Amino acid sequence: MPINLAILTIKKAHEGMLSGAFSAVDLATAYLEEIKKKDGDINAFREVFADVIEQAKKADEKFAKKEGVNPLLGIPFSIKDNILIQGRKAGASSKILEGYVAPYDATVIARLKEKGVVFIGRVNMDEFAMGGSTENSAYGPTKNPHDLGNVAGGSSGGSAASVAADFSLASLGSDTGGSIRQPAAFCEVVGLKPTYGSVSRHGLMAMGSSLDVIGPLTKTVEDAEIIFDAIKGEDKYDSTSFSPVKEISTISPKKIGIPKGLLDMGGIDPEVKANFKEMVLKLEKNGYQISEVDLPHLSYSLAAYYIIMPAEVSSNMSRFDGVKYGIKKEGGNLLEDYLNTRGEGLGKEVRRRIMLGTYVLSSGYYDAYYAKANRVRNVIREDFSKAFTLVDAILTPTAPSHSFKIGEKTSDPLAMYLEDIFTVTANLAGIPAISVPSNIQIMAPHHREDILFAIGKDIEKLR
Amino acid sequence: MSISVEEVRKLAALSRISLSPEEEASMQSEISSILGYVEQINKADFGTDADLPEHRNVWREDGEVNESGAYSEALLANAPAREGDYVKVKKIL
Repeated sequence: MPINLAILTIKKAHEGMLSGAFSAVDLATAYLEEIKKKDGDINAFREVFADVIEQAKKADEKFAKKEGVNPLLGIPFSIKDNILIQGRKAGASSKILEGYVAPYDATVIARLKEKGVVFIGRVNMDEFAMGGSTENSAYGPTKNPHDLGNVAGGSSGGSAASVAADFSLASLGSDTGGSIRQPAAFCEVVGLKPTYGSVSRHGLMAMGSSLDVIGPLTKTVEDAEIIFDAIKGEDKYDSTSFSPVKEISTISPKKIGIPKGLLDMGGIDPEVKANFKEMVLKLEKNGYQISEVDLPHLSYSLAAYYIIMPAEVSSNMSRFDGVKYGIKKEGGNLLEDYLNTRGEGLGKEVRRRIMLGTYVLSSGYYDAYYAKANRVRNVIREDFSKAFTLVDAILTPTAPSHSFKIGEKTSDPLAMYLEDIFTVTANLAGIPAISVPSNIQIMAPHHREDILFAIGKDIEKLR
Repeated sequence: MSISVEEVRKLAALSRISLSPEEEASMQSEISSILGYVEQINKADFGTDADLPEHRNVWREDGEVNESGAYSEALLANAPAREGDYVKVKKIL
């Protein structure tokens, strides 16, 4: 009997393998067949690994021996191309890293290997995670499985599309300003950006180090919760990682805040507004208390983000110099080697952000831009702290539109940046946020992913 | 805020990036429009640096995190040019 991938969740897949209804090899084969059929059109994968069946066989052996059986054993994952798996290529969808082979496992990968998951392949993204549509990939955009004329979103567009198109049951992505949540919203899947520092970034190619987080993209909220529990926690290889100081007593969240003036903001698609209002009403009818919350500095968050992020990008990207890894474009001297390698190896958006970052950090402009943006960030964090004394969670749309056409925003970088208007605040404040279909974002206080999961599961039922 | 083509060239040089003449022109208008947008943070008062939270030290103690040489070959194998156990670069001084 063929496996119905469309309705599969981690729990159902686990029960199927546990009961012997199908094996991990059957499951992996079913996904590989879908990839063969459809990925020529969608372009989610940068590489499908050659040893998928061997990995699945190992999972089946464990099931047979009843050794290390857990909900993730044999579960097929796709991995964003900026997360390292030892011995496999990783390229962040950039030409500058062509030929690069990961020398070690990212901590999240090591933790998933312990659980015995099956890595199907590495998936497409905006180059070095810079973009909101995967159109900045050096290897062509990933198309939206629900509408091939539309983008999959980004930067974790390959991750979102691979889950939506049934190419893998789950995926890991990274989120600096919305890169997990926005493609999840565009592809109608779940995307979790955990609390800053709750998941180790060791082995993730750095973009904005005070903002970057790794998180799961899945079919359901419960699946995201299972994966988050497997990858979270302090790691000695990432000094910014930490576990919550004290155990949090789970509450049943009942109070939801909507930022004052949110829906009056320009540029929100009327359909997105209507869909959001409808979900708010449904939640209210189902026992939630809805109130407006005041986040007075919210409107400054996108501007602050587009100063802090490029500043950190300009610093992090200096490691790509044609000396240590990837390609090298020869010049007459060392300086020309740098200029040529970075000029030819890095795409335009990456170079634009490096230059912007160099500008805002340069002496004479530092105080007006970078120093000021950090103060903005601080007041935004305080706004959220105050709001969370009144409500358990804050609700917004994830993205101002449900998706857009391929090529629609490529000529105007600022228009593309405005896509991040609802998502960047969680990264600035370091708080967790989840996107659940259709295009709804929930934000909660630091380390309160439990609140996101509780409300997210209710939204799934109310859709 | 708008920046000149000369400033774009200077930024590219500081960033160790080469640009084509067409890219110089488009970067000039794009970076100017982005700076025009982010400049809104200068319209309001957001306190001083004294209001920022304190940092705490998260650095580990000195010492080897892994066995010496454990990753050397894998790391060197990624270098575009090497000579023995060295990464090969052009003359600096």
